Amino acid sequence: MAKRLLVTSSPHYRSERTISKVMIDVVIAMIPISAMSVVFFGWRALALTLICVGACIAFETIFNHIAKKRNTVDDFSAVVTGMLLSFNLPVTAPYWVAVIGALFAIVVVKMLFGGLGKNFANPALAARAFLFSWPTIMTTFVRPFITPGLPVLYDPIFTNGAEMPEYIDTITTATPLASLKSGTLPDISLADMFIGNIGGCLGEVCAAAIILGGLYMLFRGVITWHIPVTYIGTVALITFIFPLTGGHFDWQFMTYELLSGGLLLGAFFMATDYSTSPVTAKGKLIFGIGCGLLTVFLRYYSGYSEGVSYAILIMNVLAYPIDKITRPRRYGKGGGYSDSSK
Amino acid sequence: MAFTFKGGIHPDYNKERTYASPIEVLPPTEEMYVPLSQHIGAPCIPTVKPGDYVKMGQVIADNSVAMSCPIHSPVSGKFKGIIQHWHPSGTRQPTMLIENDGLDTVDETLQPYEDDLDDLTPSDIINYARESGTVGMGGAGFPLHVKLRTALDKKIETIIINGAECEPFITADHRAMVEYPRTIINGVKLIMKCLNKDNAIIAIESNKPDAIATMSHAAEDSDITIVELPTKYPQGGEKQLIKAITGREIPPGKLPMDIGCAVFNVDTCASLYRYITKGRPLIKRVCTVSGSAVRSPKNLLVRIGTPYYALFEHCDGFTDDPYKIISGGPMMGSAQHSIETPVVKNTSALLAFCADEEGFEKEPVCIRCGKCIEVCPMRLMPTYLYQHALAGEFTECKKLNVIDCIECGCCSYVCPGKLHLVQAMRMAKGNIPKN
Repeated sequence: MAKRLLVTSSPHYRSERTISKVMIDVVIAMIPISAMSVVFFGWRALALTLICVGACIAFETIFNHIAKKRNTVDDFSAVVTGMLLSFNLPVTAPYWVAVIGALFAIVVVKMLFGGLGKNFANPALAARAFLFSWPTIMTTFVRPFITPGLPVLYDPIFTNGAEMPEYIDTITTATPLASLKSGTLPDISLADMFIGNIGGCLGEVCAAAIILGGLYMLFRGVITWHIPVTYIGTVALITFIFPLTGGHFDWQFMTYELLSGGLLLGAFFMATDYSTSPVTAKGKLIFGIGCGLLTVFLRYYSGYSEGVSYAILIMNVLAYPIDKITRPRRYGKGGGYSDSSK
Repeated sequence: MAFTFKGGIHPDYNKERTYASPIEVLPPTEEMYVPLSQHIGAPCIPTVKPGDYVKMGQVIADNSVAMSCPIHSPVSGKFKGIIQHWHPSGTRQPTMLIENDGLDTVDETLQPYEDDLDDLTPSDIINYARESGTVGMGGAGFPLHVKLRTALDKKIETIIINGAECEPFITADHRAMVEYPRTIINGVKLIMKCLNKDNAIIAIESNKPDAIATMSHAAEDSDITIVELPTKYPQGGEKQLIKAITGREIPPGKLPMDIGCAVFNVDTCASLYRYITKGRPLIKRVCTVSGSAVRSPKNLLVRIGTPYYALFEHCDGFTDDPYKIISGGPMMGSAQHSIETPVVKNTSALLAFCADEEGFEKEPVCIRCGKCIEVCPMRLMPTYLYQHALAGEFTECKKLNVIDCIECGCCSYVCPGKLHLVQAMRMAKGNIPKN
């Protein structure tokens, strides 16, 4: 026999699942969301997404080059981060905001902590929190289906709501969450809320597309049900029993809360981020419930009307301790499965 | 009853290449290599001298310690001496080299037991089990007589016969159950008799409907129950099998017998019956030869001591230069250094692959997806064990019960980052600080 044999430790058989395949599945799950953002907000939405993705890939490449490491962009995680980052921006956000967000997400949050799997906070969400240093930019929303729409090339360097073209009607103060916070149901039909015919960030508005993407990831085994179900379930339960509209058991208030802001995007795409959520099933349940409690708390009592991103970021930091307290029961011990007296 | 366990994986089984191929007899080679260590426990010491003529079935090596099992000559011919030769465990070990005279002259002292099998006492059966040279044929090669004696001392409630054969590619037990179900059933009856039990459960995975049919038919007039288990790896692992059948978990560090169970492989039972009723000790076994590099995959009846190349030649050779050769299944088998290594008593399969089919990753990355924890049938946290093992934190590994790991390979199989999880756990196990 001419060739030498390879001798390694077992197993000698592995599944075809790879990191890049998992990440590509996440990208596929996000495509409907991206498509709907273009439908509602025009081509500038796609331009923002592409810039975020491009910037994330570029920063990761540059970082690896400087750090003299193998370039890791082929695992597609930078693409996922870029898309998620853009989903957290309003269509009016200037392009430089996208680039700064990508820089913060990739370099500060991800690569400086050791790259994929080692970051302690969700890069896209941490970047969003960072970008709230420019609150006007981050909270200036426009109505969907404005014609002719925001031009793709419209990008004054220091834009804010006041400098919009005249035909663009900004609704800074009238997002559904803002009215919910004041205890009144928004003047938008639930159908519009579900389809996403509302003002908001690129990837947050279309509940239908988010749920579709979430179901795809569940079907493909990319995520498990634990975090989305407990997260959304906790928010649903509390807002149903204790609505801000006064009284109790208000299913309308609950439904508006579930369809508003970043809850669905957060529950399916952000809180399920592998690196920053617990690895045990029990831990995931606790994590989801924690996210839900914090989200309602922040939405009800904080200075912002939104609470999802901070809720998830706080829980991110707790992922490791949660793992520690939710270690699976040792095989053959406890649980009534064994009977060593025999 | 659910008849399953938590965790596990559903790999591509690749059994369709051989599950319908009848067992073919492989003629022995001119030189046979019989290792002195073919079971768990003390290796044997030759009972014949170099130059002696040995007959087929004659005891050629044995050891008087309790944890051992005699070895019989697979052919008749001349014992040329002890050489250091490749062993399936991956090392060179003392091996008896026998020059086959091609006559297969049977050792005439081997006489079948011709009286009524009902007259056999448990200790008779245990003695026969030892004389037969039978070891656990499915996995580690635990001497049958030792297992029977220990089981007899403890109170056994459930006898489980393992016909799960959950490793991908292997169809040796499958063919055995289809082709000689009565031999197996009769062997099971002997084991029941030995352990004073009047029933037993034979567990077979649902991907072997023909074996379930033949075994059910053969077991018709007995108190032996055939149980169909869902197909899932590692269903045939002793701990998982017991959990699936009885709902009980073996406590850490304990044996199946401690919770009233004794598990035997189907072919182990057949081997015991053959020795008692036909006077044939364990000198051949069924071995599946498969894998992408094998031109015509087959199930072969092979004499113990036959070098691998003879098996591959009988299967029309390789389609391409083999890249990796595995003794056993792809999940738990061991990679081989040489095609001159011989088949031993627990070689259930011989696989050859022609390229890097596992996607070996030099710089694996953990993305904390948690899949390894989802699939671990022993409820461990492989990702954390891996990090601790690589950092040399073996006390942490011990706290996380690395010792419970059965090395089934489920974690490494599902890992998208292609971490070398099982290898890390083996390393940790070997470095666990005392007390």
